[in-house]
Amino acid sequence: MDIQDLQNRALSLLDDANAQFHRMPGSAILMRYIKSSYQNDPVRSAVELFLVIFFLRYILASSYSTQKQTHVPLSEEEIDELVDDWTPEPLVMKPTAFEDLENEKRPIIVGPTGPKSKLSNGRTVTNLASYNFYNFIGNETLKEKAIQTLRTYGVGPCGPPGFYGTQDVHMKTEADVAAHLGTAACIVYAQSFSTITSVIPSFSKRGDIIVADKAVNYAIRKGIQISRSMVRWYEHNDMEDLQRVLEKVTKEQAKKPLTRRFIITEGLFENVGDCVDLPKIVELKLKHKFRLILDETWSYGVLGRTGRGVTELQNVDSTEVDMIIGSLSGPLCAAGGFCASTAEVVEHQRISSASYTYSAALPAMLATTASETISLLQETPEIMVQLRENIKAMRAQLDPRSDWVKCTSAVENPVMLLVLKPEVVASKGFSSQDQESLFQDVVDECIANGVLITRLRSMPPAVGAGPRDQGWQPQPALKVCVTTGLSRKETEKAGIVIRHAITKIITRRK
Amino acid sequence: MPTRTINPFANSPPAITSALDAMNEKEPVRRSSFSKVNNRFSQLFSTSPKSKASEAAALQAALVAQQHVLLNSPSPQGVNSSTLSLPTICLSTATGEKSPMEPQTLFQPPSPAEARRLAKSHAEFGPLGSQSHRYTSQADETIAFADPVEDEPPYYFLITTYISYLILIVFGHVRDFFGKRFRQKHYAHLKENDGYAPLNSDFDNFYTRRLKMRLNDCFSRPVTGVPGRFITLLDRTSKDGNNTFTLTGMTTETLNMSSYNYLGFAQSVGPCADSAELSVKKHGISLVSPRADAGNSDLAVEVEDLIAKFVGKPASMVFSMGFVTNATAFPALVGKGCLMISDELNHASIRFGARLSGSAIRMFKHNDTKDLEKLLREVISQGQPRTHRPWKKILVAVEGLYSMEGTMVNLPAIIELKKKYKFHLFVDEAHSIGALGPNGRGVCDYFGVDPSNVDILMGTLTKSFGANGGYIAAEKHIIDKLRVSNAAMLFAESPTPPILVQIASSLKMITGDLCPGQGEERLQRLAFNSRYLRLGLKRLGFIVYGHDDSPIIPVMLYNPAKMPAFSHEMLKRKISVVVVGYPATPLVSSRARFCVSAAHTKDDLDRMLAACDEVGDLLQLKFSSGVAGGAEPLVGEDEVLEKGGEREKGSEMQLVASPPRWRLEEVLKRGVEDVKVPLR
Ligand SMILES: Cc1ncc(COP(=O)(O)O)c(C=O)c1O
Repeated sequence: MDIQDLQNRALSLLDDANAQFHRMPGSAILMRYIKSSYQNDPVRSAVELFLVIFFLRYILASSYSTQKQTHVPLSEEEIDELVDDWTPEPLVMKPTAFEDLENEKRPIIVGPTGPKSKLSNGRTVTNLASYNFYNFIGNETLKEKAIQTLRTYGVGPCGPPGFYGTQDVHMKTEADVAAHLGTAACIVYAQSFSTITSVIPSFSKRGDIIVADKAVNYAIRKGIQISRSMVRWYEHNDMEDLQRVLEKVTKEQAKKPLTRRFIITEGLFENVGDCVDLPKIVELKLKHKFRLILDETWSYGVLGRTGRGVTELQNVDSTEVDMIIGSLSGPLCAAGGFCASTAEVVEHQRISSASYTYSAALPAMLATTASETISLLQETPEIMVQLRENIKAMRAQLDPRSDWVKCTSAVENPVMLLVLKPEVVASKGFSSQDQESLFQDVVDECIANGVLITRLRSMPPAVGAGPRDQGWQPQPALKVCVTTGLSRKETEKAGIVIRHAITKIITRRK
Repeated sequence: MPTRTINPFANSPPAITSALDAMNEKEPVRRSSFSKVNNRFSQLFSTSPKSKASEAAALQAALVAQQHVLLNSPSPQGVNSSTLSLPTICLSTATGEKSPMEPQTLFQPPSPAEARRLAKSHAEFGPLGSQSHRYTSQADETIAFADPVEDEPPYYFLITTYISYLILIVFGHVRDFFGKRFRQKHYAHLKENDGYAPLNSDFDNFYTRRLKMRLNDCFSRPVTGVPGRFITLLDRTSKDGNNTFTLTGMTTETLNMSSYNYLGFAQSVGPCADSAELSVKKHGISLVSPRADAGNSDLAVEVEDLIAKFVGKPASMVFSMGFVTNATAFPALVGKGCLMISDELNHASIRFGARLSGSAIRMFKHNDTKDLEKLLREVISQGQPRTHRPWKKILVAVEGLYSMEGTMVNLPAIIELKKKYKFHLFVDEAHSIGALGPNGRGVCDYFGVDPSNVDILMGTLTKSFGANGGYIAAEKHIIDKLRVSNAAMLFAESPTPPILVQIASSLKMITGDLCPGQGEERLQRLAFNSRYLRLGLKRLGFIVYGHDDSPIIPVMLYNPAKMPAFSHEMLKRKISVVVVGYPATPLVSSRARFCVSAAHTKDDLDRMLAACDEVGDLLQLKFSSGVAGGAEPLVGEDEVLEKGGEREKGSEMQLVASPPRWRLEEVLKRGVEDVKVPLR
C-alpha cells in the first residue's frame, strides 16, 4: 500500500466524518462557535482544547486494579490442566451429630400456636417457647380485622415500597408506631430480623466509627460488618468501659476530619436478657457527641407502662435516642420491623436502606394487625401488669430455687434466659458444647413432660472461619418465654417442670 | 363455552364498598385513646366526609360501582368486552333494591350485589377474552438460546441525554452554591453541626437532592386495595417541589403495569384468599417465633414439601423475606477462602449476602458466558490472591430473569461451563419462578434442564405467588445443614400462617391440584400477554430490552426528563408504570418498566399499546432501528423467518433500512397471530 493510497483513504474518511458531523443536529452551531471563538481569541480556544483533551484522557484512563500484581502468566494448556486438577470442596460440610439431632428434634406445631400448642407427635404442650407474651394470637377481634384487610388488600403487596408497594395501611402503621413512641417519623420494614442489619449500613459507612456493646445480637453484628466502619467494642453493659472507649476514640480522632460516630446497643439483650442503662448512655453519647442506635427488638411492646420500651421504663425522652429499631413480629403478633426517628433519618432510609428499598413491602393484613395491637397495648396496660405477675411467678420457681441455673434476664423481661451458675460450670468442667447439649436434653425432657421451651441459639460461625476468627459467643442458655395466656398457677406448674427437668438432667450427667 | 370466569366461588363475600371505608369503620372506636398526632394521621385515611346515613352509603356504593364500570373500560377506543358490567346494573344499585325479577328469560342480569362482586373480582383479575390469548412459555429448541439484540437510539438522543445530565448537574451545583450561602437552614443537615458529622454526606446526597427529587412523585406512590389488574392510587400533591406530599383524599384507579403480580394471585377473592381467610381463623395471624424455636408449623413443613416438588428438588426451606433469603444463604454457603462469582447486574440482596459472607467476590459481564469462562479460567488457574492457594470452592450466582433488563440467564450454557469448571451454581429465581416455563417452574422448566444441574434454586414468594417471603431448594443434605446454620432460620420470624397458605394454595393452583385448569390458564395468559405487549411495542417503534418470553418489559427512554414525563402521561391515561434511571441502571439508559400479569386481558394490553403509541409520539420515544425486531411483514420471506436459525442474520440485513413504525390498528389486528410464531 503506497502513500498515495493511504492519503486517499484518510481523505475520504475525513470527508465521511465531515459529512456525518454536518448531519448531526447542532453541528452547525458548534462549527460557528468554534470559528468565531478562534478568530476572536486563539488563547481561549487553546485552553478549551486542552480541557477537552484532559477530559478525554480522564475518561479513557483505565481504572488501575490492585489484583494484577501477583498475576502468574500461564499458557492455555497449563490452565486446562489446573482446571482439571482442581477439586472444590462440597457446597456444605457434613452436619455434626449434634446438628443432625437438632434437625430431628425440632418440634413441629400442628394447628394454631398459643399457650397450649399441639405438636406433631400428637401431644398438647404448654408453649413457653413463642414470643406470645400477651396471647394476642388467640384474639378473635384481631383475626376478624385481619380478614377484613385480607378481603380488601389481598395478601402480598407484590412490589417494593418504591414501586407501588406503599399502601395506606403501611403509612398508618408507621404513624401509629411514631405516635406511640413519640418520635417524629417511622419506617416499617417487611421483616424485623433484617431491619437493623440494613439500617446500620445506610448511615454508617467506611471510615465512620461504631462503638458497640460486646453482647449485641447477630443482626447488629452483620449490620456492623457490612457497614465496613471501624468498630470498637465495650464490655457488656459496662458503662465505665464505654466511657473509656469513647474517650479513647475521641482522643484518637481528634486530629482527623470529623466522621459519623455511633453507639449501638440493645434495649433488652437478645443474648443475655438484661436491660441497658439508657440514661447513662444518653449522657455519655451527648457528652462525646455520638449518635445512639438502640435496638429495641426485644423491649418494644414489653417494657414500660404502655410497652413503649426502655425509653418509657427509664424515663428517657425518645427523641434523645437517634434511632429506635423495634419489632412488630414478637409480642405484637404481626410481622415486620421498624425504625423510628426524625423525618430526615426515615426518608433517607426509604431510598438507601437495602432491605427496605429492594424488598417487597409488608403484607397489608400484618400491617393492620400491628396497628391494632399497638392500640391494644395503649388501651389495656393491665395486660402488662399481668405479664409481670407471671414473670415473677415463673422466676420464683427458677432463679433462687434452682441449685444449677440462674436467670440473667432483667426482672421485667418475659424472655427468661437461664444459664448454668459459674460454680456449676467450674466444678463440672463443662465446655460450651457440653452446656449446649445439656440444655438440649433439658428441652427434650421438658417437652416429654408437656412443657415446650427452647434454648438460646449460638451465633452461627462464618464458613471457613478458624477458631481464631470466632468472636464473642453468648453463654449457652435455656429460653423460657412467659405468657399471659397462662394463669399464674399454670405458669408456676410449668416452672416446676422446668426446674425438675434441669435437676434431673444435670444430676444424671455426673 | 369459550369463556369462563376465573372464580368459581359465587357466594358473595361481605360487601366492602371501598378499601378506605373499611379502614374508617374501625377508626371512631379507637380514636379516644390515641394521641393528637395519631388523630391527624387517621384523617389522612378518610377520603370523603363520612356519611352516616344509610342512603348516603348506598349512594356511595353505587358511585363506586359506577366508577368501576367507567374505569374498567378496557380500551380507549371503546372496544367493549366481557369485563364491562351492564350499565343498567349501576342504576339498580342506586335504588338499593333487590331485584324482584323471577327467572323468566334465559339471560338473567346479575343482581346488584353479584355485579359488584364481579366488578371487584374483575378489577383484580380480568376474565380471559378468547382462548386464542394463550401461549406456552418455553425455550425454542430449534434455536440456540441467544442474547437479545440490543437496539440503540440515534446519537442525537444519547448526546442530549448526556447534555441533560450535564445541565442537571450544573444547575444542581449552582443551586447548592447559592443555597448554601443564602438558605443555610436547608443545608444544615449536610453540615457539621455542634460536633456531629452530617448523617448524609453532601456528595452522596447530591444525586438524591438534585436529580431524584425532581421525579420523586413517580416513586413510592401510595396505593390502596389489591395490586391486581388495576391498582388504586391515592392522589397526592406537592407544594415544595416533591419534598413532601399531601394526600388529596381522592383516589385514581389505574391499569397496573407495575406490580410483580405475574400470575395474578394478588386477589382478595377467589380460592387463595378464601384459604388464607380460613387459615387466619384456624391458625391465627402469626407464629411469633423463629423457625428454630417454636415457629416450625405443619403449614411451613407442607409448603416446603410443595415447593421442593414444584421446583424439582428433594428439599426446600422457606423464609419470611426474599431479601433475607439471599442475605443469609450466602454466609451459610461460602466464606473465607471461597470465591463468589456474580453477574454484574445481580440484585442488591445477592450483593448484600455476598458481602456478608466474607468470601472473595468477582463479577462477570451481564449474561456473558464468554466473559464468565474467561474469568473462571483465570481464577481457577491463579488461585487465591497472594497465596495462590486453590480456592476452596467457587459459587456462581445468577438470576433467572433480571428484573431491570428483562433478560433471562443462558442456563444451558452455564451448565455446560459448570460441567467443565466444577463450580457450584446458585440461581435466584425471584422473578422467573411461576413466570417462566410451560409449567411455571422457572428457568429450568423453560429450558427443559434437569433441576439437579443447579445446586441451589432460590426464589421469592413475593411475586408470582402474591404472598411474601423466599425459599431455597436443594439436595436434602444441603438443606439439612442450612437448617442449623442459616441465621434467618435461627433468629428471624417465621412466615405467618396466611402467607404460608397463600403460597400453598397458589402453588397448588399452578400445578392443577386446586381448581384444575386455572393455573394453566394463568401461565399461558402470562406468556401470551408478555409476548403480545412486547411485540406490539417493538412494532410501534420502541426500543425494548430483554427476551421475548420475559414478562418484564423495559422500554428505553434515555433522556432523564422523559422519565417523569412518561410516568405522568401514562398516569393521565390511568396507567401506572415504573420508571427507573440512574443509579438502578447505567446513566444513559433510563427506562420505563412494564410488568405484565396474567390478570391483564388483551384489551388491557391494547389500551396500554394505544397509550404508549400516543405518548411515544408525544415524547419522541419511537427510535428503534429495527434490528431488534418488529419489522413490517416482508413478502415471500416467511419461510426463512419461520426457521429461526436465519432469524437474526436475516432480520439484521433486511430490516436495518426500515425502522418499524406500525400504525396502532395494524399492531392490534395482527398481534394475536404473530405472537405465536418466533417474534421478530
Ligand atoms: C432477584 C431478586 N432476589 C431477591 C429479591 C427480594 O425479594 P423480596 O422482595 O421477597 O424480599 C428480589 C426482589 O426484588 C429480586 O428481584
